[in-house]
Amino acid sequence: MNPKQKQRLVLVSLLVIGLGTGVSLVLMALNENINLFFTPSQVVAGEVPTNQRFRIGGMVTLNSVEKLDNELTVRFKLNDSAKEVQLEYAGILPDLFREGQGIVAEGKLNEEGIFIADQVLAKHDENYMPPEVAQALEASGSAYYNNEENR
Amino acid sequence: MSEQNKTWLWFHRMGSPAYFYNFAGLLLPWCVIATVILMLIGLIGGLVYAPADYQQGEGFRIIYVHVPSAWMSMFVYMVMAINGAIFLIWHIKLSDIIARSSAVIGASFTFLALATGSIWGKPMWGTWWVWDARLTSELLLLFLYLGYIGLRAAIDDRRVAGKAASILALVGVINIPIIHYSVVWWNTLHQPASISKFDNPSIHIDMLIPLLCMALAFKLFYLCILLINSRSELLEQEKRTQWVKELVTSS
Amino acid sequence: MMEFLHMGGYAGYIWSSYGIVMVVLLLNLFFSWRRHQTVLRRLKQLHSSGNNES
Repeated sequence: MNPKQKQRLVLVSLLVIGLGTGVSLVLMALNENINLFFTPSQVVAGEVPTNQRFRIGGMVTLNSVEKLDNELTVRFKLNDSAKEVQLEYAGILPDLFREGQGIVAEGKLNEEGIFIADQVLAKHDENYMPPEVAQALEASGSAYYNNEENR
Repeated sequence: MSEQNKTWLWFHRMGSPAYFYNFAGLLLPWCVIATVILMLIGLIGGLVYAPADYQQGEGFRIIYVHVPSAWMSMFVYMVMAINGAIFLIWHIKLSDIIARSSAVIGASFTFLALATGSIWGKPMWGTWWVWDARLTSELLLLFLYLGYIGLRAAIDDRRVAGKAASILALVGVINIPIIHYSVVWWNTLHQPASISKFDNPSIHIDMLIPLLCMALAFKLFYLCILLINSRSELLEQEKRTQWVKELVTSS
Repeated sequence: MMEFLHMGGYAGYIWSSYGIVMVVLLLNLFFSWRRHQTVLRRLKQLHSSGNNES
């Protein structure tokens, strides 16, 4: 490599590294804003914007889904293995919605600390398997299927 | 000749336009055949033989076009960025040709990743789009590709265009790890990776094999496009040379 | 066969996805190949007419 090439190599490396560092710093600073949703723990800790719409994401707590009579409203609890938040939603739930499933909801907290959602999205995990395998896992009590930590 | 010398000699020969043109021409038909075969195996495997998912049913089959597109969108950009660096540092013209030949197909893969992802998201997530880190960074990648193509088109001087585009590609390369790690670093709607270098895949083997076939098929398809495009670019670049003259007048 | 096309109710999503992929890939292939032909043709003209000049 001749000196000029070496010089250009250094310049290009500086460009990439410098930019990488700069962008990393910016991203770290913007961290909170890049997250799509807050966790139930954050909501309980009061780290969420007040009187403003925001998104909350977590797992639907088992046995927490109740349909309110004569209404299209459904209530359920959302957890992140640590804290829990009560949600209320009056709309059509996505197909993949079920207990133990991850969801992301958008809406507002009311005075009683209940999250009134106007949009509920299902968040599925990265696992793909045929039904027999899923049933076998559930039956074997490996608790995979029922473990709230598994998304 | 030692093995190392042979490899170096091969690389050196590739730098010769005429040699590369012929080599690419010989390789192309095999590439096409391999692409077609793997694509067929992947499509049949994915659409027919892979079992339906316990959760998403038949709907998960979009994975067989969505994931390969997404992987290729990033792979091709890396090819463009690396060749851009090589061109900037060592002025190797073939590198600029490779980068230039990759732009449109790379943008296409990115568009396909976004489009198929959106179509998949609607029934599964309940929305066509959300501004989470994964989707947003992939969209940014599309803009980078379009900017790259636009920049090259806007500058008349071939060498200057090449240098400017190479710089743009390198500036945007930071987006690639961002796309990849977005689902790990931040809360996103898009789920984490099912396949990683270090962990066991969280996708069943019967579903995984057609996916790997399709990924390979897409890679080979890219190679076909690359070979065709770079031959065209090479002819343009070398149009006044003797070997090109002989090539076009003899046919 | 009908069941296959029906894709458990996801037919619209699946076939439009695969469709758009095939269209875009084939368009890429077509335009690349066509460009190659155009370049060859143009250079042939260039060198045939240019034979008397140079």
